[in-house]
Amino acid sequence: MQLTGTLFADASALYGNEISTFPDYPAEIRAPHGTVSGVSGFQVHIGSGEINTPGDFCDVLVAMNPAALRANAKWAKPTATVIIDTDTFDEALIQRAGYATLDPIAELRLEDRNIIYSPITTLTKESLKDSGMDQKAIVRCKNMFTLGMCFYMFNRPLEYTYAYLEKKFKKKPALIEPNKKVLFDGYNYASNIQAIPNTYTVKPAKQEKGVYRNISGNQATAWGLIAASEKSGRPLFCGSYPITPATAILEELAIHKNLGVKTLQAEDEIAGICTAIGAAYAGNFAVTTTSGPGLSLKSEALGLAMITELPLVLVDVQRSGPSTGIPTKTEQTDLAQALYGRNGECPIAVIAAHSPSHCFDAAFYAGKYAMEHMMPVILLTEGFLGNGSEPWKIPSMKDYPAINPPIIDKVEGAFQPFARDPETFARKWAFPGKAGLEHRVGGLEKNTAGVISSDPENHAKMVAERAEKVARLANYLPEQKVIGPEEADVLLVGWGGTFGHLYTALHELQDEGKSVALCHFDFINPLPKNTADIFARYKKIIVCELNSGQFADYLRAKLPQFSYLQYNKVQGQPFIVKEIVDAVNAIL
Amino acid sequence: MKYTAQDFKSNQEVRWCPGCGDHAVLAAIHRALPTVCEQRGYSKERLVFISGIGCSSRLPYYMNTFGFHSIHGRATAISTGVKVANPELSVWQACGDGDALAIGGNHFIHAIRRNIDINIILFNNQIYGLTKGQYSPTSKLGQITKTSPYGTVENPFTPGSLVLGARGTFFARSLDSELALNQEIFIAAAAHDGCSVCEMLTNCVIFNDGAHSTISDREYRADRTIVLRHGEPMVFGKDKDKGLILEHGKLKVVKIGENGITVDKLLVHDAHAEDPAIQNQLINMKYPDFPVALGVIRQVNEPTYDDRVRDQLLQVKEASKITCMDELLRSGATWTVE
Repeated sequence: MQLTGTLFADASALYGNEISTFPDYPAEIRAPHGTVSGVSGFQVHIGSGEINTPGDFCDVLVAMNPAALRANAKWAKPTATVIIDTDTFDEALIQRAGYATLDPIAELRLEDRNIIYSPITTLTKESLKDSGMDQKAIVRCKNMFTLGMCFYMFNRPLEYTYAYLEKKFKKKPALIEPNKKVLFDGYNYASNIQAIPNTYTVKPAKQEKGVYRNISGNQATAWGLIAASEKSGRPLFCGSYPITPATAILEELAIHKNLGVKTLQAEDEIAGICTAIGAAYAGNFAVTTTSGPGLSLKSEALGLAMITELPLVLVDVQRSGPSTGIPTKTEQTDLAQALYGRNGECPIAVIAAHSPSHCFDAAFYAGKYAMEHMMPVILLTEGFLGNGSEPWKIPSMKDYPAINPPIIDKVEGAFQPFARDPETFARKWAFPGKAGLEHRVGGLEKNTAGVISSDPENHAKMVAERAEKVARLANYLPEQKVIGPEEADVLLVGWGGTFGHLYTALHELQDEGKSVALCHFDFINPLPKNTADIFARYKKIIVCELNSGQFADYLRAKLPQFSYLQYNKVQGQPFIVKEIVDAVNAIL
Repeated sequence: MKYTAQDFKSNQEVRWCPGCGDHAVLAAIHRALPTVCEQRGYSKERLVFISGIGCSSRLPYYMNTFGFHSIHGRATAISTGVKVANPELSVWQACGDGDALAIGGNHFIHAIRRNIDINIILFNNQIYGLTKGQYSPTSKLGQITKTSPYGTVENPFTPGSLVLGARGTFFARSLDSELALNQEIFIAAAAHDGCSVCEMLTNCVIFNDGAHSTISDREYRADRTIVLRHGEPMVFGKDKDKGLILEHGKLKVVKIGENGITVDKLLVHDAHAEDPAIQNQLINMKYPDFPVALGVIRQVNEPTYDDRVRDQLLQVKEASKITCMDELLRSGATWTVE
């Protein structure tokens, strides 16, 4: 275990991370195996900024047996990832480690952690079965397997460690290839199970009084949707297809049947959204969740939801693209597709979440706007948020607004399915089962009465009205806020999951005495109504995003009177605070 | 409430070509629904007609019911969502051979596998009509169409076999012009709890005229088709003089009165047999060796997806301590900051 820690530290140091380490040796050299006092640990702290301590609490805990878990669980942050060798978690070893029950995870209150259960011993044995090594030596290599896993999760290259192994075992060359193989197999295993560390590390300022819990972005998204279902009185239906990293939302929703949640694991992404559209027509609060290429597959059906004017929330947990891209890595590269990626004129409301816990509010309001305005809403989160978790002050549902969809129960005379509310432009929601409201919807252009129409004037009118409905959502959005001075040299502009880094960068710049403010957008289409008023008060606007400038381009189209500088990164990685600070200083 | 066929007709003009087989199928639906509603205790507003894209998918506009004309191939997924969202609804689907078996093949087989309680009417004219005459997954091998000017080089699906392969619980087949039989089939489909597939062999007068004429022409129809009814011996022919027997496990056409064959020696149709082996042979009978099988070929009872969804919701709800969002928010590991 000591060697494993050193190798990870070395690889990280060579990779350019600043590093501090704190080896935690057992007091006895040969402590009894499996007992808590016999645990050998090694703590590594990696980071991109200045590191002054090894970090008292850890983000990743690797527990090779129940005793190791028991000895170190207290050091795992509420947001930690815990890797567990399930082969060692049998009754005998759990008891020997001194647990009161046979469920160490529950006993140590680790249920909310990001736990990666892996049969590490078995996989190591399988990896090295043809190596010619004896069984005991093979089992000893499981640390190297785990190291391979960590290298995958934290993007460390294997080459430095290969070189190290070649040097270390110069005199025992038979050990070089097996160690390399097991490291490589661990790396690939983590890639195959798409092991993702908990990614969200930016700490909030001083915590207010109250009751807290830990929540991941995907869990918060699921819960926000359930909350919108409860407030609206519409049962929640989620049609979805497993895809990394969005799957956890479907998994979380599937648990909560007690709250009336229906989940349908569809045969493909298209069926995911189409079952949801069917459910919306039948009067449920309909949701579909996806990532990456799943958004592409759903685009035709999104157009159907838009033209039939049915409420639907599509959650896209963005990941690195295009195509399959890098599925476990984060990016903000789906924005342009969310805004424009459909045939015909098909504007859709787009909302973004800015932190793991904010996914709750973002999902709640996506549901509220979809149902009250009778239209699909795309909620953009990111792998970085979905897999990240943070402490969250638990809200009370009484603090959330009512959701009142324009449901119609009966009508005098003939029902006009596309007659609109004069304020919101929303049509009425008339579910099957309501006598006298029989009507037909569909992908063909209709007139207000719901009759198919290819009349040129009618088409122009319907296109304009559907767009106006989305634009009018701005009348119901909160005002855009700015963090920092009302006027300044530089306005940092961001959206979505970069908030934590931009916020921290803002404070570092302010500490340096720079004249900077931050305008971070949750509402992208439509933009809040006061956006132009804000932009006008700053000398320079720098749009920072994890793509090549999609939000910047959108702003140029929407508010061309301003000029926009950009800071972009498309590496499948979140921002680093320092690089934002440096970029702003270079512009100032 | 008592309905007449008229109650189900919408005020919209039917725009199919004159002579199109879809007109007759629509008429059979209009005529079957009063009986369906009476037998099942439905009021009209509980009926929903869903379709994909294609000529036959225009059908919801011709129904005075709730309707959803969706996108190409996806009708089955939309129907599934409607039924799961509200299991009280009677969900009907109109789709074509290209719509359901090519672009929508995945949804089609999975809805059947799940046994969701929807009634799928598959209009099989063996051609793409709305796009003006390209071959479909049911076009005959060698068929000359606009996209196969030298004949197709691919084998067609037999929809009934696809249904059986997907664990289907209900399959019926008929010709567009069999008005009475088709009403009988739709009533049986509505009575079936589970996914019902009713294949209608329809004639496209413009792009594939006469596709089914070797069996459908009035002159030969009785000799070249056999109408199967559960519990009845398999007799066919204009003079009711032919039948089917099982010999060494295979179907065989026999003449009644020859070689000691009497009606009581004929195979009796068992639509309820769980083992689909004989049903599959019936589905695959082709003229000229055999009569083409019409009627309800398979109808077996199995739990439906929508019932299981509903049961599981109730069970979990009963067993759970968490009854609302506030309780969920406060469940599990929490801590207090003073």
